[in-house]
Order: sequence, then structure tokens, then C-alpha cells
Amino acid sequence: MSDIELRAMLELVLAGGFCGALGFWVVSERLTYGAESLSHGLLPGLVLAGLAGAPLVLGAAGGALVAAALIALSARDERVGPDAGTAVAVTGLVGLGALLALAPEAPQRLEELLFGDPLGLSDGDLVAAALLVLAGGAMLIALHRPLSARAFDTAGAAALGLRPAPLRLALLTLLATAVAVAVQGLGALLVLAMLVAPPVAVRRHVATPRAAMLAAAAVAALGGVAGIQLSALAGSAAGASVALVLCAAAALGAVLPRRPRAGPRRGAPPGSRSPAPTPPG
Amino acid sequence: MTQPAVRAEDLSVGYSGHAVLREVSFSIDPGCTVCVLGPNGGGKTTLFRALTGELDAMTGRVRVAGRPAYVAQTERTRLDFPVNALDVALMGSLAHGRWWLPARRWQREAAVRALERVGLAEQAAVPFGELSGGQRQRALLARALVQDANVLLLDEPLSGVDPASAQLIDAVFGELRAEGKSVLVSSHDVESARDFDLVLCLNERQIAFGPPAATLDRSTLEETYGRELIVLDQAGPTSAITIQHHGHGHHHGAHEI
Repeated sequence: MSDIELRAMLELVLAGGFCGALGFWVVSERLTYGAESLSHGLLPGLVLAGLAGAPLVLGAAGGALVAAALIALSARDERVGPDAGTAVAVTGLVGLGALLALAPEAPQRLEELLFGDPLGLSDGDLVAAALLVLAGGAMLIALHRPLSARAFDTAGAAALGLRPAPLRLALLTLLATAVAVAVQGLGALLVLAMLVAPPVAVRRHVATPRAAMLAAAAVAALGGVAGIQLSALAGSAAGASVALVLCAAAALGAVLPRRPRAGPRRGAPPGSRSPAPTPPG
Repeated sequence: MTQPAVRAEDLSVGYSGHAVLREVSFSIDPGCTVCVLGPNGGGKTTLFRALTGELDAMTGRVRVAGRPAYVAQTERTRLDFPVNALDVALMGSLAHGRWWLPARRWQREAAVRALERVGLAEQAAVPFGELSGGQRQRALLARALVQDANVLLLDEPLSGVDPASAQLIDAVFGELRAEGKSVLVSSHDVESARDFDLVLCLNERQIAFGPPAATLDRSTLEETYGRELIVLDQAGPTSAITIQHHGHGHHHGAHEI
């Protein structure tokens, strides 16, 4: 295995693993469309960073910030509805990004920004991914109890004193940071696969939010490694191969039958057992 | 003089600047059980959302002794979210702060005790989505017990639950009253309202508030429910049913009294 492939795999294990864990909350909070919009909408930021010779992660972060603000503003127009407003804002941003990327002065090729280039990552990219895992992982560990309470029962969580706005803001901040870091490997169009496919693959097969985060992280990391191997064997595009492997895992997880529930799990009181499911009523 | 557990003064509350509930004024002492009656859309859930602080008062004011515990209708919970009955009960400990730390031993023990109290100790490890409707309601009640609030708000807790669960939930209400907690329960069941200390009738505004004997008369019920009320016993006001229209009218049900 070449050094370039090893580097790509390390990046996908780190950034992908974090995106998988975060993705569980993105899917639970029904933020998937928002995540897709954010990842596509930051394209102008990526291109401008490329034009200025600045690190792409900075361009992605700036682009994500502008895209988030523009999407929030457009979605507020009640006359057209939030979905249509978001779609118009994102299409406009992607159009602007393409326009800038196709300018003669642009050094970065448009397809690399859209579809990623896992085989062209620098040491700085790996450091950014490692920092994301450390800082973002600590935040996810701290937030997972209130996020669980909110995802399970929004009104009940509010009554527990968990204010929805700060929780949502924390999740969106993590999402924007993860997209800014991971977009360099998978590009603006494919990074969503890292966020959404792993939680979809594991969601029906886990018993706790913590298990869901760990399993989704594992699926994302393994999918990243498998995708790079596949691209090396088949001579296919690395980013696209990773995205396809992850989506295949999601499809598999969605159709595989659920494993019958085992006995009481850790945390259950002594003597507790699992009765047969009873019908509602 | 005892401070009221809940007090509303000329309260109006609503959404997007439009009041859906107005002219609400009542005071509830600690240890009182209150049945909140009203038709669908009459303002019961809106009142609870005002009491939890989720909605601000448009006019008037509301005061609650401490943060109330809220048990929403089970349909509002996510059945596919991976939590079991013990996890749900343990969520009540988030109200005590320090949510960023793992649950501590005494909090887990409190959650187990709450499940025992609602008769769910055996089902602690069962996923919430696999519990029966009545068991789900009891798991949510256990979460409220762990929260250990002075005021509990329960949104139609007996709607569609099995008789055994209803009996257990009723027994817990009695225990809470004995402990000096105030329990507000929204309901469609006019007859069961007679077992509460007080009744609050709502239909976009406050129709009546007081002891059941003084409030549950025919004219008040007709004003509260309008055409949703069918009086069965023409000789007196004690026998009536309310017709519920859930969602968009695809389901019709009746609660007999």
C-alpha cells in the first residue's frame, strides 16, 4: 500500500469516524436536508480559498458560515416555505462556486472540490481531522444525554430545562466544522455520504444512542478504508468509491432483519427480564 | 399562608401573536389534583406549554413553584429512538443540572425506584417502542417522578391505556397528592374528573374552575364541549359522553361516563 493511500485511509478513519457518530444526531434531529444544503452551499468558500492560495479548510469554514446564514435567511420567508427558500439559496451558491471555479485563474479543478480528492491530502489535513475527533468527540460525549432526551421527546426535554436553541446551535456548529474538515477528502457533493449513510446503516440494529454513535463511526471508518481499497483495485475515483461503499452499507442496514433482542443489557436492575413485546393499548 | 403551587392571572397564550387560550385565572394549592377538561383544540396542551415556560404569556402572568414535570402524550415521543424504559426514567435526572456528566449512581437508583413505583421494574431493559401504550405512559410518568418536581403536568395520561396501567397511574396520583405534590391532568373523561380535587374547564378560554360538584353541571359542560358533548341522561347532568376527533378526523372515539 502506498503512502498516499495510507494517508487517505487515516483521514477517512478520523474524519469519517467522527462524521458517522455526529450523523446519528443529524438524522435523529431530522437535519439531513440542512446538512446537504450546508455541504453544497460552502462551494464558493472552497473555490475562493483555492484562488487565494489559503488552506481549503478555512475556505470551507467561511463558506459554511455564509451558507448557513443565507439558508437561515431564505428559509424564513413564509411565502415560499423553508424548503423552497433553502433550495434557491443552495442552488445559487453552487452556481456561484462553479462560476468561480471555472474561471481561468482558478488553480483547483472543480471536480476535486465537488467530488473530493482523498489521495491528495496534506499533513495539515490529517492534523485538522485529528483535532476534529478530539474536540468534537468530547463535545458529543458531553451532549449525548440532552440530545437523547430531546430527540426522544422534544416537549418533555424542554420541561426538563433543556433549552432547544443552544442544543441545536451546538449540533449545527459541530456539523459545520465536520463538513469543513471532511469536505477536502470527499468534496462538497459526496461528504454527505459520511454523515448520513452510516447512521442509516446502523439505526435499526442498535439499542442505545451511545451504541449508535460507535457503530456509525465504525461503519464510516470501515467504509472509508474499503472505498479506498476498491478504488485502488478497480482504478476508480477514490471519493466516489467511498461514497458508493457507504451508501451500499446504508441500503444493507435498511433491509437486513433486526436481530432479536437478547436478555437484559448493562444498566438494567438485577432480576429484570425481557418479556415478549405487547401490542399497544 | 401557603404559597400556591400554580397560579395564573388573566393569562392569554397562543402562537404567532394569535391567542388560542385567554381569560385564564386560577390558583392551585400544593397537594391538589386538578383535572383539566376541554375539547380538542380547547387549549389544554397550550396551557401546559405555558406552565412549563415553553410558551410566553401574551397577557397576564403565570407562576409555578419550581420547574414542573411534563408528561406529554405518548404519540409525541419517538418510538424508533433507541432507548429503553430505564433510559427514559433516567432522563428525569437531567432536570437536576450537570447534564454534561454521565448519570451518577444515585440517579440510576432513583430511576430504578421510579420504575418500580409505576410497576415497570421488570420491563426496565425493554426498548420504549416495544412497550404497550400503557407501559409507555408509565415510563414517562417514571421520568417525571425522577425529576422530583413539585408540580406535575400530564397530558391525557389515561387516553388509550389498558385498565391495569390506568389503575397504577391512578395509584401514583394518590401517592403524589399525599406527598404534597400538585398534579394537573388533562382529560376527556368527564366522569373521572369527579375524582379530582378541582376541575378546570377550558374551551379557548376558561369556562369554569372549582370543585367537581360545583363545576360539572350540564350548562358548564355544554359550554366547554359544545357539540362534542352528548348528554345521555336527560334527567340530570351526571351522564354524558364527549366525542373526540383526533388528528384530522379519521378516528372517532367516545369516552363514556
